[in-house]
Amino acid sequence: MAAPHARHSLPYEMRYQTGNALTETDNIVAETAERIFADLADAQTINHDKSGAWKAPLWQALSEAGLPLSWVPEDCDGSGTSMAEGFSVLSVAGRAGAGVPLAETMLAGWLLAQAGIKSPEGMMTVAPAGPRDRLTLNADGTISGRARGIPFAKEAKHIAVIAGGSIALLDAGACKIDAGLGLGGDHSDTVQFEKVKPVAIEKAPTGVDEKALLLMGALARSLQIAGALESMLSISVQYSGERVAFEKKISKFQAVQHNLAKLAGETSAALAAASSAADAFSHGKPIDDALFLEAAAAKIRCSEAAEKGAAIAHQVHGAIGFTREHILHRYTLRALAWRDDFGSESYWAVELGRLVAKRGADELWPLVASR
Amino acid sequence: MTATLRFDPIRLPPECEQLRKEVRAFLADEIAAGTFDPHRPVQEDSDNREFSRRVGARGWLGMTWPKQYGGHERSFLERYVVTEEMRVANAPVRRFFVADRQSGPVLLKYAPEHIKMDILPRICRGELCFSIGMSEPNSGSDLFAAKTKATKTDGGFLINGSKIWTTSAHIADYMIAIFRTSPPTKENRRHGLTQFLVNMKTPGIKVNPIDQITGQQEFNEVVFTDAFIPDDHMLGEIDGAWKQATSELAYERSGPERFLETYYTLTELVRAIGSNPDTRSAEGIGRLVAQLHTMRRMSVSVAGMLQAGKEPVVEASIVKDIGTVWEQQLPHRVRDLAAFVDESASNHATLEEMLDFAIKTAPKLTIQGGTTEVLRGIIARGLGLR
Repeated sequence: MAAPHARHSLPYEMRYQTGNALTETDNIVAETAERIFADLADAQTINHDKSGAWKAPLWQALSEAGLPLSWVPEDCDGSGTSMAEGFSVLSVAGRAGAGVPLAETMLAGWLLAQAGIKSPEGMMTVAPAGPRDRLTLNADGTISGRARGIPFAKEAKHIAVIAGGSIALLDAGACKIDAGLGLGGDHSDTVQFEKVKPVAIEKAPTGVDEKALLLMGALARSLQIAGALESMLSISVQYSGERVAFEKKISKFQAVQHNLAKLAGETSAALAAASSAADAFSHGKPIDDALFLEAAAAKIRCSEAAEKGAAIAHQVHGAIGFTREHILHRYTLRALAWRDDFGSESYWAVELGRLVAKRGADELWPLVASR
Repeated sequence: MTATLRFDPIRLPPECEQLRKEVRAFLADEIAAGTFDPHRPVQEDSDNREFSRRVGARGWLGMTWPKQYGGHERSFLERYVVTEEMRVANAPVRRFFVADRQSGPVLLKYAPEHIKMDILPRICRGELCFSIGMSEPNSGSDLFAAKTKATKTDGGFLINGSKIWTTSAHIADYMIAIFRTSPPTKENRRHGLTQFLVNMKTPGIKVNPIDQITGQQEFNEVVFTDAFIPDDHMLGEIDGAWKQATSELAYERSGPERFLETYYTLTELVRAIGSNPDTRSAEGIGRLVAQLHTMRRMSVSVAGMLQAGKEPVVEASIVKDIGTVWEQQLPHRVRDLAAFVDESASNHATLEEMLDFAIKTAPKLTIQGGTTEVLRGIIARGLGLR
């Protein structure tokens, strides 16, 4: 396990330290991520690259900038970036729509750090990633069980898991992985844990359990969906100004304008819900009803926005947006796929509805107004 | 993309929480005293002068205005808290709401000093009701088609024509209206309209109430026949109302009243369904609460930007667009979810009555204060499509 303290000495970081854009410290990390994706994951380029040759240099640059281990403190071999900065990286990742496990590695690093376990180098993912799967911690310290829909399990070197009140780091090679592909074309695999001996294992601290991981994952996916919607809006607006039909740019048709205005509305709702939840989770408080509302509402509303937004983006693009050759699907299909990870909107809606019902009618407004 | 949409996670500052407690306690006392029934939103439009004065006495009108005019120099975010608590309680805000939200700020900006000194303190005390004279029989969304004329005469203007759909005109002390002072020019069809302060007691003004489908009489036709308005009641630039109309819209469009209008149906549904909902009910409530929370976070974000001196015109239009569409659909979603509620639930009759009223109210929500179509046009312009 080499220590990638690299973040402090790397080219992408340097660029910003020597530049004149040092106005908002908060944004440096996001700007670094943005620059790396712009340089090494241009949507047109990677969409045409059937070999996948773009992936390794992109991951290397992200790693050298310390981004995958944003949420790992420096004493656990990470970058020690704030929660808020890490969340902003996820927004950037969503806008980029590139198939690398940046969010997953960040989540894994975060989970391991909760138990003081050092993060290894390389791609990671987390399990379980859905409300129906539970892993077991056996008496001999091994892990058993099955976790479905694990993003990028096939590509990850390690899997961070939570099982039986403990957090563990597992070698992905020690797990049986049935490869699958999600809607967006990224790996979404079933992982069988058959008495897997962890590389490291520690007791999970109070408040960090399966539900906490699920909420963090749901929040990560919400930010990514909101980012993908920003890209959908941007390329749809641009395309409507290029495409001519009936001797006019289609952006001049009122029906198209109103559709794009609705897409802007859905994008705004997703951005507002996700950034509100990210802000709430940036302050490191224990998960109470209010934080639960923030994360659950973000996943629900962002998922709803993904459906409506993707439909409009495709409608504006017409047939060309339905081709593999066009980049639109990179955002629409991923946004739709992300709805399913870490609890779908239906799951969170039931959970949130039960919470609201339990609190009672007269406690609904105070909960909403407390945010 | 030319516009970047910003919805920063603004939080209400700590002073708002103390204020919220005060407003809730005040409203609880009013309810206990029988001033209004929070379960009967149909009464929300009633003209309650005493309640209005008591709200003014608490310092909750003209909250953001300078103290010299009776204001309280508090933040827009504090005003936001008062507005949302009143709305959620179904308090009878009719008498003061428009004056406080919209008319006062227009006067602050454009009225001559002696008029500000005369009128603003009375708004702050809850004594005055305002209406807005925009629409005409042949000019609704197309504001600049207004024809009602203000003709220059000695010491003032003579008004002839009519306004329509004028909410509260029948109880209003004043109206802020736009009248035509010049024809539009070839280059600028928005030219030629001027904003005026109209005393509703002026001879030559006749108010004809119009029955609405809800059974209420909120709006009116207002007919002007040689009604005289003195020169000093002109607000801002002659022929230049078009420059003045847009900046207030962000306030008008993004407040809590733009998504809470039918909120009471959701509370009542939660009450009817009880503490142990089935999966369908739980999912339905969960989605609605997620949508509500998101709307509110968007709305607070715009309020925060306004407080910071920004002009989030596109964001405010987005809040009104999705907020009003949401509050319009809400009673129908509640109805879906209430379909299997036990009719012996103690509040079943209340829920039915509320749904009946909310479903009748719903159509107006996406029309008043800027139709969905107009808003989407503004958003499209912000996106660089126009």
